[in-house]
Amino acid sequence: MKRWLPLIIFAALGGFFYIGLHLDPREVPSPFIGKPAPAFMLPVIGQPGVTFSPEQNKGKVWLLNVWAPWCVACRQEHGALMQLAQAGVPIYGLNWKDKDREAESLLAQKGSPYTVSVDDLDGRVGIDYGVTGTPETFVIDKGGIIRMKHIGPINADNWQAKFEPLLKELNQ
Amino acid sequence: MIPEIGQFALILALLLALAQGILPIIGAHRGNATLMAVARPAAQGQFVFVAIAFGCLAYSFLTNDFTVENVARNSFSQLPLIYRFTATWGSHEGSILLWTLVLAFWTVAVTVFSRHLPEDMAARVIGVMGLVSVGFLAFILVTSSPFTRIFPAPMDGNDMNPLLQDPGMVFHPPMLYMGYVGFSVAFAFAIAALLSGRFDAAWARWSRPWTTVAWVFLTIGITAGSWWAYNELGWGGWWFWDPTENASFIPWLAGTALIHSLAATEKRGAFKGWTVLLAILAFSMSLLGTFLVRSGVLSSVHAFATDPTRGIFILGFLGVVIGGSLVLYAIRVPKMESGGSFSWFSRESMLLVNNVVVVAALGSVLLGTLYPLFMDALGMGKISVGPPYFNAVFVPLIAPAMFLAGIGPLVRWKQASLPDLAKRLRIAFFVAVASALLLPLVAGGFNWMASVGIALSLWIVFTVMIGFVERLKHEPGNKLAALWKLPRGFWGMQLGHFGLAWVVAGIALVSAYETERNVKMNVGDNVEIAGYTMTFQGVVMHDGPNYRAARGTLDVSKDGKPAFVLHPEKRIYNASGMPMTEAAIDYGFSRDVYAALGEELGPNEWTVRVFYKPFIGWIWVAGGLLALGGTLAAFDRRYRIAMKKAAEPAKAKGVAVEGAKA
Repeated sequence: MKRWLPLIIFAALGGFFYIGLHLDPREVPSPFIGKPAPAFMLPVIGQPGVTFSPEQNKGKVWLLNVWAPWCVACRQEHGALMQLAQAGVPIYGLNWKDKDREAESLLAQKGSPYTVSVDDLDGRVGIDYGVTGTPETFVIDKGGIIRMKHIGPINADNWQAKFEPLLKELNQ
Repeated sequence: MIPEIGQFALILALLLALAQGILPIIGAHRGNATLMAVARPAAQGQFVFVAIAFGCLAYSFLTNDFTVENVARNSFSQLPLIYRFTATWGSHEGSILLWTLVLAFWTVAVTVFSRHLPEDMAARVIGVMGLVSVGFLAFILVTSSPFTRIFPAPMDGNDMNPLLQDPGMVFHPPMLYMGYVGFSVAFAFAIAALLSGRFDAAWARWSRPWTTVAWVFLTIGITAGSWWAYNELGWGGWWFWDPTENASFIPWLAGTALIHSLAATEKRGAFKGWTVLLAILAFSMSLLGTFLVRSGVLSSVHAFATDPTRGIFILGFLGVVIGGSLVLYAIRVPKMESGGSFSWFSRESMLLVNNVVVVAALGSVLLGTLYPLFMDALGMGKISVGPPYFNAVFVPLIAPAMFLAGIGPLVRWKQASLPDLAKRLRIAFFVAVASALLLPLVAGGFNWMASVGIALSLWIVFTVMIGFVERLKHEPGNKLAALWKLPRGFWGMQLGHFGLAWVVAGIALVSAYETERNVKMNVGDNVEIAGYTMTFQGVVMHDGPNYRAARGTLDVSKDGKPAFVLHPEKRIYNASGMPMTEAAIDYGFSRDVYAALGEELGPNEWTVRVFYKPFIGWIWVAGGLLALGGTLAAFDRRYRIAMKKAAEPAKAKGVAVEGAKA
């Protein structure tokens, strides 16, 4: 029996690895899910004097997309966001820690998928939302409650798997 | 055209690897010399084609061929030439290709330096390595082709990850892979022994130098990696217990245990089964490391692009290689005779305890690395395991091994006398303990880790000296000449242990006595650290080849006199827009002074992190000494004699054949 022990240990490890392959270690459950979206009031990029607050979206299901001009992964999801925006999905941007003030020119140049994008220069609102990096996307329901948080770029696969069913349910 | 040649070369290499993996093993089983003779040419041919493929990829990178997807994603036209070359292995696909190239290289080395082996043994060893290569070539061709074209081709590439744009990247991955993959030779020898059922001292003597050389490369690779992290990550740390670092450290521990166990098997025929198991373990841990890094089951600062199909493929491959070897082991191990008997206090028993301790330490690192995965798989939540766990568990586990490293070399084989040894070592023991107790007075402040670390390293240093003295006592004539003539194996062991002592001393001192300050600075502000006064002279913009940098200037003075100037940088890379911290370090034998720019708070107002790191350089110098010790041990005279002896009868046989013809 003893001589089979190494094999048994390895088989057990292999089982864990197999399960582990189907899990995403980067996906940390957000404690904000099921809680009201933290309030803020921030200036809208490209519209001097205008501000946006989540209060204004009460009664609407919407996405809050945390992004930054310096973020490479955000560029990856830009195309997908543009398509979603054209399909009528309300996406609001939170431009996180944009110290070089590049967001406005970048959106003008590449096109903006956002209904509006606000400027979180010092990253304080990001902290309120528990943002760990960019991009992150929150789904907020009609009552202003956070229903889902997605870490990483949005693409066709995860949109169909995660977002679409939830949005359908929330919009009913 | 060139990328297609590369792809085609890979396919040919796979076919040759299949021939190399299957025919010689069948030949060895049936005693068919023709089939066995396939091993060497097939392995050498395979190497040629893998090298062609690697060359094609390197060419695509050097010529900025952005029609190749891998080049477009991982390189950039403004990238300096040397990094365009290292970008060849900077991506997932390229690094697996490098893995395969290194494996083919080791196999060729075996084909050249195995003339003294019995033909069936050499055929089995080369065959097993061929089978491993089949797995990796298939992995590349099925899931990770580096030669895939992209259409339409982008105008320019996405740039190499700025973290990898460091001179350390030139040496670190190839060295690490030479080590990782080098254990495949010891593994192949173990499997060949299991297949043939012959476990003699000769087997251990054959595989020992190979194992030591692989271990040397791994030591250099890990040391270089730690050096890279220290210089490039800007946190001032040199080891983070990151899963990817652990993935290289675990095979290193297994290899360390294997080297010691092989010594007992070669000299005394002791613990054969255990040695075979360790040889399987060392290579399995290398493969496991590759799996952990490549599959994305663990998150890590090193995370490359991850893809579950690749994970499934490597896991399946792991199952075949490791599972298959362990089944073979379980079937064959009852046939092994145990070697000569030894008493509870002997060189054998010391080596065995050393092995148990090192493997237990390995287990603790493996457990900590995989624990988040276990918890997640069992649905018990997401956790991460960090340095506090590893420091608290690994350090006390490995400390007894340090103590034994002092005793072991002085204990006789088979049976030794404890009272006798105690008499020989008591002075060393008391001096080591006394120095450790005095250290806080010199260093200014007691720290148990520093004291224990210094006690252990002095203990090893003294016992190394005693080892030399006792060895020379019996040599006649000029002692200095005799010292020079001591076997390289002896020198290697002593230097290795001395290097270990030095590493431990460096780690203990820097961990205990380093200081750090994190301050906000305007132009003209001063910060004081460990007797150095740094004056912030502001930041100027400066253009690098593929980045823009904010370059700070810190004038450093000691005792009122200007000492040196540091230029820490904050870089933004043009293609990716990624910010990078480039630390500035003034290196010294007894201390480093380290500065890094933090965040820009306002015009010429920055947060600045400064560190004073006593004796940190010792870690890398001593790492080099460890490698030197291993190198000497691997090239001991007895291995060369064995090869020469084997070559002579072969020649004689050739003459006899010619004679018969005549």
